[in-house]
Amino acid sequence: MSSEEYPITDLLITGTEINYLFICPTKLWYFAKGITMEQENEWVDLGRFLHEQRYANEEKEVLVGSIKIDFIRRGDTIEVHEVKLGKSMEKAHEMQALYYLYYLKKLGIKAKAVLHYPKLNETKEVTLDGREGEIEKAIKEVERIKSLPAPPKPVKSKKCLKCAYYELCWV
Amino acid sequence: MRKRSLTLLSDGTLFRRENTLYFENERGRKPLAVEGIYDIYIYGHVTITSQALHYLAQKGISVHFFNHYGHYDGSFYPRESLNSGDLVIRQAEHYLDREKRLKLARLFVRGSALNMERNLRRWKVNDGFSEELRELLEELEGARKITEVMNVEARIREAYYSRWDGHLPEGFKIVKRTRRPPENEMNALISFLNSRLYATIVSELYNTQLVPTVSYLHEPGERRFSLALDLSEIFKPIVADRLATRLVTKRMLSKEHFREELNGVLLTKEGMKKVLSEYEKELTKSVKHPELKRNVTKKRLIRLEAYKLIKHLVGVKEYEPLVAWF
Repeated sequence: MSSEEYPITDLLITGTEINYLFICPTKLWYFAKGITMEQENEWVDLGRFLHEQRYANEEKEVLVGSIKIDFIRRGDTIEVHEVKLGKSMEKAHEMQALYYLYYLKKLGIKAKAVLHYPKLNETKEVTLDGREGEIEKAIKEVERIKSLPAPPKPVKSKKCLKCAYYELCWV
Repeated sequence: MRKRSLTLLSDGTLFRRENTLYFENERGRKPLAVEGIYDIYIYGHVTITSQALHYLAQKGISVHFFNHYGHYDGSFYPRESLNSGDLVIRQAEHYLDREKRLKLARLFVRGSALNMERNLRRWKVNDGFSEELRELLEELEGARKITEVMNVEARIREAYYSRWDGHLPEGFKIVKRTRRPPENEMNALISFLNSRLYATIVSELYNTQLVPTVSYLHEPGERRFSLALDLSEIFKPIVADRLATRLVTKRMLSKEHFREELNGVLLTKEGMKKVLSEYEKELTKSVKHPELKRNVTKKRLIRLEAYKLIKHLVGVKEYEPLVAWF
Protein backbone atom coordinates (compact mmCIF):
# COMPACT_ATOMS: atom_id res chain seq x y z
CA MET A 1 0.00 0.00 0.00
CA SER A 2 1.40 3.41 -0.87
CA SER A 3 1.18 6.29 1.52
CA GLU A 4 -0.57 8.27 -1.18
CA GLU A 5 -3.72 6.41 -0.24
CA TYR A 6 -4.69 8.74 2.58
CA PRO A 7 -4.94 12.39 1.69
CA ILE A 8 -5.12 14.48 4.87
CA THR A 9 -8.80 15.29 4.37
CA ASP A 10 -9.61 11.59 4.76
CA LEU A 11 -7.84 11.23 8.07
CA LEU A 12 -10.79 11.70 10.35
CA ILE A 13 -9.91 9.31 13.10
CA THR A 14 -8.47 10.34 16.45
CA GLY A 15 -5.36 9.25 18.27
CA THR A 16 -7.51 7.64 20.95
CA GLU A 17 -9.17 5.45 18.34
CA ILE A 18 -5.80 4.20 17.10
CA ASN A 19 -4.79 3.60 20.70
CA TYR A 20 -7.99 1.64 21.46
CA LEU A 21 -7.53 -0.52 18.38
CA PHE A 22 -4.48 -2.03 20.04
CA ILE A 23 -6.17 -2.34 23.42
CA CYS A 24 -9.56 -3.72 22.49
CA PRO A 25 -11.67 -3.51 19.30
CA THR A 26 -14.90 -3.73 21.33
CA LYS A 27 -13.94 -0.66 23.33
CA LEU A 28 -13.01 1.08 20.10
CA TRP A 29 -16.43 0.41 18.59
CA TYR A 30 -18.38 1.69 21.62
CA PHE A 31 -16.12 4.70 21.97
CA ALA A 32 -16.41 5.60 18.29
CA LYS A 33 -20.23 5.44 18.54
CA GLY A 34 -20.20 7.90 21.42
CA ILE A 35 -20.95 5.23 24.03
CA THR A 36 -18.18 6.37 26.29
CA MET A 37 -17.41 5.28 29.82
CA GLU A 38 -14.28 7.27 30.53
CA GLN A 39 -16.08 9.95 32.52
CA GLU A 40 -16.30 7.77 35.61
CA ASN A 41 -13.08 5.83 35.48
CA GLU A 42 -10.64 6.60 38.26
CA TRP A 43 -7.66 5.70 36.06
CA VAL A 44 -8.73 8.32 33.57
CA ASP A 45 -8.98 10.88 36.37
CA LEU A 46 -5.54 9.91 37.59
CA GLY A 47 -4.09 10.33 34.11
CA ARG A 48 -5.67 13.76 33.76
CA PHE A 49 -4.42 14.83 37.15
CA LEU A 50 -0.87 13.67 36.44
CA HIS A 51 -0.89 15.48 33.14
CA GLU A 52 -2.13 18.74 34.63
CA GLN A 53 0.25 18.74 37.59
CA ARG A 54 3.46 17.47 36.08
CA TYR A 55 3.42 19.29 32.77
CA ALA A 56 1.83 22.52 33.94
CA ASN A 57 4.13 24.78 31.92
CA GLU A 58 3.93 23.02 28.58
CA GLU A 59 1.94 24.00 25.54
CA LYS A 60 -0.88 21.54 26.14
CA GLU A 61 -3.71 19.86 24.30
CA VAL A 62 -2.67 21.00 20.88
CA LEU A 63 -5.43 20.42 18.39
CA VAL A 64 -4.46 19.71 14.77
CA GLY A 65 -7.38 18.59 12.61
CA SER A 66 -8.72 15.38 14.14
CA ILE A 67 -5.80 14.79 16.48
CA LYS A 68 -5.21 16.25 19.92
CA ILE A 69 -1.68 16.08 21.20
CA ASP A 70 -0.97 16.09 24.96
CA PHE A 71 1.72 18.73 24.52
CA ILE A 72 4.33 19.86 22.01
CA ARG A 73 7.79 21.36 22.23
CA ARG A 74 9.22 23.39 19.42
CA GLY A 75 12.96 23.20 18.81
CA ASP A 76 14.99 22.30 15.73
CA THR A 77 12.26 19.75 15.11
CA ILE A 78 8.77 19.65 16.48
CA GLU A 79 8.34 17.21 19.36
CA VAL A 80 5.02 15.56 20.05
CA HIS A 81 4.64 14.48 23.66
CA GLU A 82 2.16 11.97 24.98
CA VAL A 83 1.74 11.24 28.69
CA LYS A 84 0.79 7.75 29.86
CA LEU A 85 0.35 6.11 33.24
CA GLY A 86 1.88 2.67 32.90
CA LYS A 87 3.62 0.64 30.24
CA SER A 88 1.20 -2.25 29.99
CA MET A 89 -0.34 -0.81 26.82
CA GLU A 90 2.98 0.21 25.30
CA LYS A 91 2.15 -0.98 21.79
CA ALA A 92 -1.06 1.09 21.80
CA HIS A 93 0.83 4.15 23.01
CA GLU A 94 3.46 3.74 20.32
CA MET A 95 0.89 3.37 17.55
CA GLN A 96 -0.96 6.44 18.76
CA ALA A 97 2.29 8.44 18.64
CA LEU A 98 3.10 7.03 15.22
CA TYR A 99 -0.30 8.10 13.97
CA TYR A 100 0.39 11.66 15.10
CA LEU A 101 3.70 11.63 13.27
CA TYR A 102 2.03 10.21 10.18
CA TYR A 103 -0.67 12.85 10.36
CA LEU A 104 1.83 15.66 10.72
CA LYS A 105 3.93 14.31 7.90
CA LYS A 106 0.90 14.54 5.62
CA LEU A 107 0.77 18.20 6.54
CA GLY A 108 4.42 18.52 5.62
CA ILE A 109 5.59 18.72 9.23
CA LYS A 110 8.53 16.60 10.25
CA ALA A 111 8.35 15.65 13.90
CA LYS A 112 9.38 13.10 16.46
CA ALA A 113 7.39 11.76 19.36
CA VAL A 114 8.19 11.23 23.02
CA LEU A 115 6.14 9.00 25.28
CA HIS A 116 6.24 9.98 28.95
CA TYR A 117 5.77 7.60 31.82
CA PRO A 118 6.04 10.00 34.77
CA LYS A 119 5.15 7.35 37.34
CA LEU A 120 8.06 5.21 36.15
CA ASN A 121 10.28 8.21 35.47
CA GLU A 122 10.88 7.00 31.94
CA THR A 123 10.53 8.38 28.44
CA LYS A 124 10.62 6.69 25.08
CA GLU A 125 11.27 8.20 21.67
CA VAL A 126 9.28 7.17 18.64
CA THR A 127 10.10 8.02 15.03
CA LEU A 128 8.12 7.34 11.93
CA ASP A 129 10.89 6.27 9.51
CA GLY A 130 9.64 3.51 7.34
CA ARG A 131 6.66 2.61 9.50
CA GLU A 132 4.01 4.30 7.33
CA GLY A 133 2.70 0.93 6.17
CA GLU A 134 2.08 -0.17 9.76
CA ILE A 135 0.03 2.90 10.51
CA GLU A 136 -1.92 2.71 7.27
CA LYS A 137 -2.89 -0.81 8.12
CA ALA A 138 -4.08 0.36 11.53
CA ILE A 139 -6.12 3.21 10.01
CA LYS A 140 -7.84 0.77 7.70
CA GLU A 141 -8.64 -1.53 10.59
CA VAL A 142 -10.09 1.31 12.70
CA GLU A 143 -12.32 2.27 9.78
CA ARG A 144 -13.43 -1.31 9.31
CA ILE A 145 -14.37 -1.73 12.98
CA LYS A 146 -16.20 1.60 13.08
CA SER A 147 -18.31 0.54 10.13
CA LEU A 148 -19.51 -2.69 11.77
CA PRO A 149 -23.23 -2.68 12.65
CA ALA A 150 -22.53 -4.12 16.13
CA PRO A 151 -19.41 -4.15 18.30
CA PRO A 152 -16.95 -7.03 17.94
CA LYS A 153 -17.40 -9.72 20.57
CA PRO A 154 -15.23 -8.90 23.58
CA VAL A 155 -12.43 -11.20 24.66
CA LYS A 156 -11.94 -11.45 28.39
CA SER A 157 -8.43 -10.75 29.59
CA LYS A 158 -6.54 -9.30 32.51
CA LYS A 159 -6.86 -5.79 31.11
CA CYS A 160 -10.67 -5.96 31.37
CA LEU A 161 -10.40 -5.66 35.14
CA LYS A 162 -9.33 -2.03 35.09
CA CYS A 163 -11.30 -1.08 32.00
CA ALA A 164 -14.13 1.44 32.25
CA TYR A 165 -16.16 -0.73 29.85
CA TYR A 166 -15.94 -3.83 32.06
CA GLU A 167 -19.56 -3.72 33.23
CA LEU A 168 -20.93 -2.86 29.82
CA CYS A 169 -19.11 -5.79 28.20
CA TRP A 170 -19.73 -8.44 30.78
CA VAL A 171 -23.13 -7.73 32.31
CA MET B 1 -13.88 8.44 46.35
CA ARG B 2 -17.39 7.16 45.90
CA LYS B 3 -19.82 9.96 45.15
CA ARG B 4 -22.90 10.12 47.31
CA SER B 5 -26.44 11.34 47.05
CA LEU B 6 -27.25 14.40 49.10
CA THR B 7 -30.74 14.69 50.57
CA LEU B 8 -31.94 18.02 51.96
CA LEU B 9 -34.92 17.65 54.24
CA SER B 10 -34.58 20.92 56.12
CA ASP B 11 -35.30 24.43 54.86
CA GLY B 12 -32.44 26.67 53.81
CA THR B 13 -30.41 28.15 51.00
CA LEU B 14 -28.04 26.46 48.58
CA PHE B 15 -25.47 28.84 47.15
CA ARG B 16 -22.01 29.03 45.71
CA ARG B 17 -19.17 31.20 46.94
CA GLU B 18 -15.86 30.99 45.08
CA ASN B 19 -15.62 27.31 44.20
CA THR B 20 -17.51 25.99 47.15
CA LEU B 21 -21.12 25.02 47.48
CA TYR B 22 -22.79 25.88 50.79
CA PHE B 23 -26.03 24.94 52.45
CA GLU B 24 -27.14 27.48 55.00
CA ASN B 25 -30.02 27.24 57.43
CA GLU B 26 -30.82 28.44 60.93
CA ARG B 27 -28.29 25.99 62.34
CA GLY B 28 -25.45 27.50 60.37
CA ARG B 29 -23.55 27.40 57.14
CA LYS B 30 -22.15 24.10 55.90
CA PRO B 31 -19.69 23.73 53.02
CA LEU B 32 -20.43 20.78 50.72
CA ALA B 33 -17.68 18.93 48.89
CA VAL B 34 -19.00 19.13 45.36
CA GLU B 35 -16.63 16.45 44.03
CA GLY B 36 -18.23 13.98 46.40
CA ILE B 37 -21.84 14.66 45.34
CA TYR B 38 -23.50 12.35 42.87
CA ASP B 39 -26.94 13.95 42.86
CA ILE B 40 -29.22 16.01 45.14
CA TYR B 41 -32.73 15.33 46.44
CA ILE B 42 -34.62 18.27 47.89
CA TYR B 43 -37.61 17.82 50.19
CA GLY B 44 -37.35 20.98 52.27
CA HIS B 45 -38.10 24.56 51.28
CA VAL B 46 -34.80 25.36 49.66
CA THR B 47 -33.73 28.50 47.84
CA ILE B 48 -31.09 27.85 45.20
CA THR B 49 -29.09 30.61 43.60
CA SER B 50 -28.44 30.54 39.88
CA GLN B 51 -24.72 30.50 40.64
CA ALA B 52 -25.20 27.26 42.54
CA LEU B 53 -27.13 25.82 39.60
CA HIS B 54 -24.42 26.87 37.15
CA TYR B 55 -21.87 25.10 39.29
CA LEU B 56 -23.98 21.94 39.60
CA ALA B 57 -24.55 21.90 35.85
CA GLN B 58 -20.83 22.18 35.27
CA LYS B 59 -20.25 19.20 37.52
CA GLY B 60 -23.08 17.20 35.92
CA ILE B 61 -25.08 16.93 39.14
CA SER B 62 -28.85 16.50 38.81
CA VAL B 63 -31.16 18.01 41.41
CA HIS B 64 -34.55 16.41 42.11
CA PHE B 65 -37.36 18.32 43.77
CA PHE B 66 -40.17 16.86 45.87
CA ASN B 67 -43.13 18.81 47.14
CA HIS B 68 -44.51 19.21 50.62
CA TYR B 69 -46.23 15.83 50.32
CA GLY B 70 -43.07 14.05 49.19
CA HIS B 71 -44.29 13.72 45.61
CA TYR B 72 -41.85 14.17 42.78
CA ASP B 73 -42.08 17.61 41.20
CA GLY B 74 -39.28 17.67 38.69
CA SER B 75 -35.56 17.70 38.15
CA PHE B 76 -32.85 20.13 37.30
CA TYR B 77 -31.29 17.94 34.64
CA PRO B 78 -28.07 19.56 33.43
CA ARG B 79 -27.37 19.78 29.75
CA GLU B 80 -26.55 16.30 28.46
CA SER B 81 -22.83 15.77 28.25
CA LEU B 82 -22.97 12.20 27.04
CA ASN B 83 -24.36 11.97 23.55
CA SER B 84 -24.39 9.21 21.05
CA GLY B 85 -26.32 9.97 17.89
CA ASP B 86 -26.04 6.35 16.96
CA LEU B 87 -27.74 5.18 20.15
CA VAL B 88 -30.51 7.77 19.92
CA ILE B 89 -31.39 6.48 16.48
CA ARG B 90 -31.47 2.91 17.71
CA GLN B 91 -33.61 3.88 20.68
CA ALA B 92 -36.11 5.49 18.32
CA GLU B 93 -35.95 2.55 15.95
CA HIS B 94 -36.97 0.19 18.76
CA TYR B 95 -39.89 2.45 19.55
CA LEU B 96 -41.10 2.87 15.98
CA ASP B 97 -40.87 -0.80 15.07
CA ARG B 98 -44.01 -2.32 16.62
CA GLU B 99 -42.51 -5.75 17.22
CA LYS B 100 -39.35 -4.37 18.74
CA ARG B 101 -41.30 -2.09 21.03
CA LEU B 102 -43.67 -4.85 22.14
CA LYS B 103 -40.75 -7.09 22.93
CA LEU B 104 -39.18 -4.58 25.28
CA ALA B 105 -42.50 -3.64 26.86
CA ARG B 106 -43.22 -7.30 27.61
CA LEU B 107 -39.75 -7.78 29.07
CA PHE B 108 -40.24 -4.91 31.51
CA VAL B 109 -43.54 -6.37 32.68
CA ARG B 110 -42.09 -9.86 32.86
CA GLY B 111 -39.11 -8.73 34.95
CA SER B 112 -41.37 -6.79 37.25
CA ALA B 113 -43.69 -9.78 37.72
CA LEU B 114 -40.86 -12.20 38.47
CA ASN B 115 -39.54 -9.81 41.09
CA MET B 116 -43.00 -9.64 42.67
CA GLU B 117 -43.06 -13.42 42.74
CA ARG B 118 -39.67 -13.44 44.39
CA ASN B 119 -40.96 -11.10 47.09
CA LEU B 120 -44.04 -13.16 47.83
CA ARG B 121 -41.91 -16.29 48.21
CA ARG B 122 -39.60 -14.43 50.57
CA TRP B 123 -42.55 -13.30 52.62
CA LYS B 124 -44.07 -16.80 52.45
CA VAL B 125 -47.39 -15.53 51.12
CA ASN B 126 -47.16 -16.87 47.57
CA ASP B 127 -50.52 -18.61 47.98
CA GLY B 128 -51.19 -19.65 44.40
CA PHE B 129 -49.63 -16.53 42.92
CA SER B 130 -47.04 -18.46 40.90
CA GLU B 131 -49.71 -20.57 39.21
CA GLU B 132 -51.79 -17.51 38.41
CA LEU B 133 -48.68 -15.73 37.17
CA ARG B 134 -47.75 -18.53 34.76
CA GLU B 135 -51.08 -18.04 33.02
CA LEU B 136 -50.81 -14.28 32.98
CA LEU B 137 -47.29 -14.46 31.57
CA GLU B 138 -48.52 -16.69 28.81
CA GLU B 139 -51.18 -14.14 28.03
CA LEU B 140 -48.46 -11.48 28.07
CA GLU B 141 -46.51 -13.31 25.38
CA GLY B 142 -49.58 -13.22 23.16
CA ALA B 143 -50.27 -9.52 23.70
CA ARG B 144 -50.28 -7.71 20.37
CA LYS B 145 -50.75 -4.18 21.58
CA ILE B 146 -49.20 -2.04 24.27
CA THR B 147 -52.62 -1.56 25.86
CA GLU B 148 -52.92 -5.35 26.18
CA VAL B 149 -49.49 -5.49 27.81
CA MET B 150 -50.58 -2.78 30.23
CA ASN B 151 -53.75 -4.66 30.98
CA VAL B 152 -51.91 -7.87 31.89
CA GLU B 153 -49.54 -5.83 34.00
CA ALA B 154 -52.43 -4.34 35.98
CA ARG B 155 -53.86 -7.80 36.66
CA ILE B 156 -50.49 -9.16 37.82
CA ARG B 157 -50.14 -6.21 40.15
CA GLU B 158 -53.59 -6.74 41.59
CA ALA B 159 -52.85 -10.42 42.26
CA TYR B 160 -49.63 -9.36 43.94
CA TYR B 161 -51.15 -6.72 46.22
CA SER B 162 -53.80 -9.06 47.50
CA ARG B 163 -51.12 -11.52 48.73
CA TRP B 164 -48.70 -8.90 49.95
CA ASP B 165 -51.26 -7.76 52.50
CA GLY B 166 -51.03 -11.18 54.11
CA HIS B 167 -47.51 -10.35 55.25
CA LEU B 168 -48.24 -6.85 56.54
CA PRO B 169 -49.14 -6.06 60.16
CA GLU B 170 -52.57 -4.74 61.14
CA GLY B 171 -52.89 -1.04 60.49
CA PHE B 172 -50.43 -1.24 57.60
CA LYS B 173 -52.39 -3.21 55.05
CA ILE B 174 -52.67 -1.87 51.54
CA VAL B 175 -56.24 -3.14 50.98
CA LYS B 176 -56.55 -1.19 47.79
CA ARG B 177 -53.77 0.66 46.02
CA THR B 178 -54.62 4.36 45.99
CA ARG B 179 -52.28 6.98 44.64
CA ARG B 180 -53.43 10.57 44.53
CA PRO B 181 -54.26 10.87 47.32
CA PRO B 182 -52.95 7.79 49.14
CA GLU B 183 -55.79 6.77 51.43
CA ASN B 184 -53.85 4.98 54.13
CA GLU B 185 -50.37 4.64 55.62
CA MET B 186 -49.06 1.83 53.45
CA ASN B 187 -50.24 3.52 50.28
CA ALA B 188 -48.54 6.71 51.38
CA LEU B 189 -45.32 4.86 52.09
CA ILE B 190 -45.32 3.02 48.75
CA SER B 191 -45.99 6.22 46.81
CA PHE B 192 -43.28 8.07 48.67
CA LEU B 193 -40.69 5.37 47.97
CA ASN B 194 -41.73 5.02 44.33
CA SER B 195 -41.22 8.76 43.79
CA ARG B 196 -37.77 8.60 45.29
CA LEU B 197 -36.87 5.53 43.25
CA TYR B 198 -38.05 7.19 40.06
CA ALA B 199 -35.73 10.14 40.70
CA THR B 200 -32.83 7.77 41.44
CA ILE B 201 -33.36 6.14 38.07
CA VAL B 202 -33.49 9.54 36.34
CA SER B 203 -30.07 10.26 37.85
CA GLU B 204 -28.68 6.96 36.65
CA LEU B 205 -29.98 7.53 33.13
CA TYR B 206 -28.34 10.95 33.13
CA ASN B 207 -25.02 9.16 33.47
CA THR B 208 -25.57 7.04 30.37
CA GLN B 209 -26.07 7.86 26.70
CA LEU B 210 -29.69 6.72 26.80
CA VAL B 211 -32.27 9.40 26.05
CA PRO B 212 -34.61 9.35 29.07
CA THR B 213 -37.69 10.40 27.11
CA VAL B 214 -37.80 7.52 24.63
CA SER B 215 -39.54 4.59 26.28
CA TYR B 216 -41.30 1.37 25.38
CA LEU B 217 -43.84 0.23 27.96
CA HIS B 218 -44.86 3.75 28.88
CA GLU B 219 -45.68 6.16 26.12
CA PRO B 220 -42.90 8.71 25.50
CA GLY B 221 -44.04 12.05 26.73
CA GLU B 222 -46.57 10.52 29.07
CA ARG B 223 -44.27 12.06 31.61
CA ARG B 224 -40.99 13.68 30.89
CA PHE B 225 -38.62 10.84 31.64
CA SER B 226 -40.72 7.89 30.66
CA LEU B 227 -37.75 5.55 30.24
CA ALA B 228 -37.20 5.90 33.99
CA LEU B 229 -40.79 4.71 34.44
CA ASP B 230 -40.07 1.65 32.30
CA LEU B 231 -37.03 0.76 34.37
CA SER B 232 -38.79 1.47 37.64
CA GLU B 233 -41.12 -1.47 36.93
CA ILE B 234 -38.14 -3.76 37.49
CA PHE B 235 -36.94 -2.04 40.64
CA LYS B 236 -40.17 -1.15 42.44
CA PRO B 237 -40.69 -4.65 43.86
CA ILE B 238 -37.09 -5.27 44.88
CA VAL B 239 -36.30 -1.82 46.25
CA ALA B 240 -39.45 0.07 47.22
CA ASP B 241 -41.77 -2.79 48.16
CA ARG B 242 -39.18 -4.67 50.15
CA LEU B 243 -38.12 -1.58 52.04
CA ALA B 244 -41.71 -0.53 52.75
CA THR B 245 -42.40 -4.00 54.13
CA ARG B 246 -39.32 -4.03 56.29
CA LEU B 247 -40.07 -0.59 57.74
CA VAL B 248 -43.46 -1.63 59.01
CA THR B 249 -42.87 -5.26 59.97
CA LYS B 250 -39.77 -4.31 61.97
CA ARG B 251 -41.77 -1.48 63.49
CA MET B 252 -39.31 1.16 62.40
CA LEU B 253 -42.35 3.19 61.39
CA SER B 254 -45.46 3.62 63.45
CA LYS B 255 -48.73 5.46 63.08
CA GLU B 256 -47.08 8.56 64.55
CA HIS B 257 -44.94 8.84 61.45
CA PHE B 258 -48.02 9.60 59.38
CA ARG B 259 -50.54 12.40 59.34
CA GLU B 260 -53.89 12.80 57.73
CA GLU B 261 -54.51 15.81 55.56
CA LEU B 262 -56.97 16.97 52.99
CA ASN B 263 -54.57 15.41 50.48
CA GLY B 264 -54.78 11.98 52.02
CA VAL B 265 -52.44 10.23 54.40
CA LEU B 266 -48.87 11.48 54.34
CA LEU B 267 -45.57 10.84 56.03
CA THR B 268 -44.53 13.36 58.65
CA LYS B 269 -41.12 15.04 58.48
CA GLU B 270 -39.83 12.52 61.01
CA GLY B 271 -41.32 9.70 58.99
CA MET B 272 -39.70 10.95 55.79
CA LYS B 273 -36.36 11.24 57.57
CA LYS B 274 -36.54 7.66 58.75
CA VAL B 275 -37.61 6.33 55.35
CA LEU B 276 -34.99 8.28 53.42
CA SER B 277 -32.16 7.23 55.66
CA GLU B 278 -33.17 3.58 55.30
CA TYR B 279 -33.52 4.04 51.54
CA GLU B 280 -29.98 5.40 51.27
CA LYS B 281 -28.66 2.52 53.34
CA GLU B 282 -30.53 0.03 51.20
CA LEU B 283 -29.14 1.34 47.92
CA THR B 284 -25.55 1.27 49.14
CA LYS B 285 -25.78 -2.37 50.23
CA SER B 286 -23.97 -4.60 47.84
CA VAL B 287 -24.61 -8.01 46.41
CA LYS B 288 -22.30 -10.30 44.50
CA HIS B 289 -23.11 -10.15 40.83
CA PRO B 290 -23.06 -13.62 39.26
CA GLU B 291 -22.02 -12.45 35.78
CA LEU B 292 -19.58 -9.73 36.76
CA LYS B 293 -18.20 -11.72 39.71
CA ARG B 294 -17.93 -8.47 41.60
CA ASN B 295 -19.80 -6.83 44.41
CA VAL B 296 -22.15 -4.18 43.14
CA THR B 297 -24.42 -1.88 45.11
CA LYS B 298 -28.16 -2.09 44.62
CA LYS B 299 -27.97 1.36 43.09
CA ARG B 300 -25.41 0.16 40.59
CA LEU B 301 -27.84 -2.55 39.53
CA ILE B 302 -29.96 0.23 38.05
CA ARG B 303 -27.04 1.40 35.95
CA LEU B 304 -26.30 -2.14 34.87
CA GLU B 305 -29.90 -2.45 33.73
CA ALA B 306 -29.35 0.63 31.56
CA TYR B 307 -26.21 -0.98 30.12
CA LYS B 308 -28.16 -4.15 29.32
CA LEU B 309 -30.69 -2.03 27.50
CA ILE B 310 -27.91 -0.33 25.51
CA LYS B 311 -26.58 -3.74 24.51
CA HIS B 312 -30.03 -4.80 23.39
CA LEU B 313 -30.43 -1.64 21.33
CA VAL B 314 -27.07 -1.97 19.57
CA GLY B 315 -27.71 -5.64 18.93
CA VAL B 316 -25.09 -7.24 21.15
CA LYS B 317 -27.29 -9.19 23.53
CA GLU B 318 -31.02 -9.48 24.07
CA TYR B 319 -32.24 -7.67 27.14
CA GLU B 320 -33.04 -9.92 30.05
CA PRO B 321 -34.56 -8.05 32.95
CA LEU B 322 -32.98 -8.33 36.36
CA VAL B 323 -34.67 -10.92 38.52
CA ALA B 324 -33.43 -10.67 42.08
CA TRP B 325 -31.26 -13.59 43.16
CA PHE B 326 -30.77 -11.93 46.54
